Amino acid sequence: MPEQTRTRPRARRRLSVVGVLGELLITVGVLVLLFIGWYVWLNDVIVGSEQTQAATELQQQWAEQSRDERGEAGEPAAPPPPVYEGQSPDSAPVRAEPGVVNEAFATLIVPRFGTDYARTIAQGIDVRDVLNSRRTGVGHYPGTQMPGELGNFAIAAHRNANGAPFGRLLDLRVGDHVYVETADGWYEYTFRGLEYVLPNQVDVIAPVPRDAGADPAERILTMTTCNPLFSTDERAIAYSVMTAWYPREGGMPAELSELGQEEA
Amino acid sequence: MYAALWRALPGPVWLRLLIVLVLVAGILWALAYVVFPWAADVLLPQDVTVEE
Repeated sequence: MPEQTRTRPRARRRLSVVGVLGELLITVGVLVLLFIGWYVWLNDVIVGSEQTQAATELQQQWAEQSRDERGEAGEPAAPPPPVYEGQSPDSAPVRAEPGVVNEAFATLIVPRFGTDYARTIAQGIDVRDVLNSRRTGVGHYPGTQMPGELGNFAIAAHRNANGAPFGRLLDLRVGDHVYVETADGWYEYTFRGLEYVLPNQVDVIAPVPRDAGADPAERILTMTTCNPLFSTDERAIAYSVMTAWYPREGGMPAELSELGQEEA
Repeated sequence: MYAALWRALPGPVWLRLLIVLVLVAGILWALAYVVFPWAADVLLPQDVTVEE
């Protein structure tokens, strides 16, 4: 049939304005959905695993340093038997606040946040270089005390997005242990309570929280993050108090080795 | 628009499919690591610290 042969070599469809516009709108819709999925889920998985990796590398580095030091001291090849027992917080060493900002000096281990949870704690609370960073994520408020020091070791991190290091802060239960690991060993803090404050309530990071100017008699760990979730209207504050000190020579706290946290 | 792009690709169908998959993978990577982080900072600023 002649009509069919005429249409056989299909005429090239021309681009219509409405067609292009429609496809662009669909594309934008897909991009928005992708962004939401990335924001609430994928980004935390990607960045979270990178931050955990950074923490693991730092922990391995400390473990190797410690082994090297013991080896160089000419001690017998066999290391001393692990103590695995917490010592009094009074015996914990206190390092000076790092002069270099944006660099990790400790790691945070919270069994309640997951059996393999570990993040680095960097000096400073710069949004771009610490809190949003793929290598750090948790920041230490400059001027607040250091781990093991009488007073308040105050740290901040995101509750959602950017790895969400404090994504499960509100899951903490009284008695949960929060460990801060440094080159010297493990500082064990025990969770005591939560508080919700306004963003300008700076006395939560005072040496004695909510009592600025008082003389500290305890070693407090204060974690701050945003509240409610996806909002910046308030801050959620978690207080813990130091309950034990585990020197590196004595080995990793039993709670952590039982969880399968590797002592490199 | 997408139909025109598909026709503009060279080679047989399997090669076109391969090219499209590589392009889509590249675009998704750029979105997840470059575009979305930038957009999140601009559109959804966050604040987790206490300050005066």
